Amino acid sequence: MTIDEKQKEIIEEFSVFDDWMDKYSYLIELGNNIQLIDDKYKTEEYIIRGCQSDVWLHAEYVDGIVNFTTDSNAILTKGIAALLVRVLSGHKPANIINADLYFVKEIGLDQHLSPTRANGLLSMLKQMKLYAMAYQAKNS
Amino acid sequence: MCKLHNKLLSNRLVINLNPKILEFKVEQIRKDFPILQQRIYNKSLVYLDNAATTQKPKQVIDTINEYYTKYNSNIHRGVHFLSEKTTLAYENARESVKNFINAKHEHEVIFTHGTTSAINLVAFSYGEKFINENDEIIISAMEHHSNIVPWQLLCERKKAKLKVIPFFSNGELALDELEKLLNEKTKLVAVNHVSNTMGTINPIKKIIEISHNHNVPVLIDGAQGIQHTGVDVQDLDVDFYAFSGHKVYGPTGIGVLYGKEKWLEEIPPYQGGGDMIKSVTFAKTVYNDLPFKFEAGTTNYIGAIGLASAIKYIESIELENIFNYEKELLDYATTKLSTIEGLSIIGYAKEKSCIISFVLDGIHHFDAGMMLDKMDIAVRTGNHCTQPIMDYYRIDGTIRASMTFYNTKEEIDYLYDSILKVKQMFN
Repeated sequence: MTIDEKQKEIIEEFSVFDDWMDKYSYLIELGNNIQLIDDKYKTEEYIIRGCQSDVWLHAEYVDGIVNFTTDSNAILTKGIAALLVRVLSGHKPANIINADLYFVKEIGLDQHLSPTRANGLLSMLKQMKLYAMAYQAKNS
Repeated sequence: MCKLHNKLLSNRLVINLNPKILEFKVEQIRKDFPILQQRIYNKSLVYLDNAATTQKPKQVIDTINEYYTKYNSNIHRGVHFLSEKTTLAYENARESVKNFINAKHEHEVIFTHGTTSAINLVAFSYGEKFINENDEIIISAMEHHSNIVPWQLLCERKKAKLKVIPFFSNGELALDELEKLLNEKTKLVAVNHVSNTMGTINPIKKIIEISHNHNVPVLIDGAQGIQHTGVDVQDLDVDFYAFSGHKVYGPTGIGVLYGKEKWLEEIPPYQGGGDMIKSVTFAKTVYNDLPFKFEAGTTNYIGAIGLASAIKYIESIELENIFNYEKELLDYATTKLSTIEGLSIIGYAKEKSCIISFVLDGIHHFDAGMMLDKMDIAVRTGNHCTQPIMDYYRIDGTIRASMTFYNTKEEIDYLYDSILKVKQMFN
């Protein structure tokens, strides 16, 4: 599935929710079911600190593909982080670097990725792209 | 006897004579605050983030609007009508503040950008004059970062030392420790009037008395104090008292440093610029008299005029009415929230302002804050710029509901119901 297809799939999933309560319940579910980062990577080295909640992000590069795992101390943050990982993980660095993540706005969670949000998610997204850039540079 | 106390006594008398006149009608008061009338996410806003900033009554908004619309002109320098009009209003604002805090002189009231800049002013200017290597400054473990970092910067600059008064697990200051920390090297004590995180009202009169017994002056960070307890600087005998306009129902970007005349005369200016000088040559500059010596450049004069309007507004409601109502609200909220299983209140001081910080078992404060936001409740979550308090309780944040006189018991009931919903969603 391409990044674009994954985004459309998520938009479709969220389209059934009428109100924020359902949407947040689903995020909690996503947060609870996410494949968590290996404990050995839950260290200072992999932490992205927000003012309110922290995110851990680990990346690995296997056969030209970048795989991400994540975790957070706040469950809503974890749910949104899970969506970012679902969309960007398993792709070539170039696709990750060029990805336009329109789904965030479409499902009404763009406020969580605004610079004023202190949850570390915007920094997480930047970090995901930076990993991709680093792997691409290493590869060329 | 202090002026405020006199005022309170006289109010009580009036209340006894005619209870109807001064009856506190919160619904009536709420109408003065336009922002409380609007709907967020299509519901009525429940604003419980008053320790971060308070809302502004229309009287304050109208004053600011009027001055920008009709009278805006830079103060002190102009000879024309507008400048004189604004200068007069600005200096009248200084007089209002002087009366509000019962300072001895108007020139002891310095307008700043807020509490932070007032504390930084003292940390710089007092520090330049009086702090030397190995001197000590005492703060408390429940300070806001803005009453920690300026002193750390000063200590770095002057190779001085910072000492810290600890607090007990109920959120009360360990006052005995102050006595032990004070010595001949101590040059200043800087503590807050009210903790912005726990709501503890510190015994500042006692702190000042103990410190003065050792000939050490005291700065009080009044950012959370003055609007909930009132202040009489002469009765307190405080050396410096700092507060912010925007937390007293006035505009942002304006604050006050009260300083005793003798200190303000002795310490050097903080910033250089226009208005703070008498004469400038390349050989020598002669500084202006108080208070202008500390008001370099164009001040936020319309902010000051707005602050005076806010003071006038709360005085029209009567401070005692406000404080009594807030106490009632705090007691109601504490009792009600305490019944929620898994909710722990951080800070149980006997003397408390209307701030309730709490944590919920197994629920991250950010998650709770996000949920409450969607239920139209504005609370603050996180460490509230008091990381040492979080370290003490071994938590990384709290949910803080900070109330004021326009909040209602119905809003507390709604907060209670909403917390139960949050718990339901996460557990």
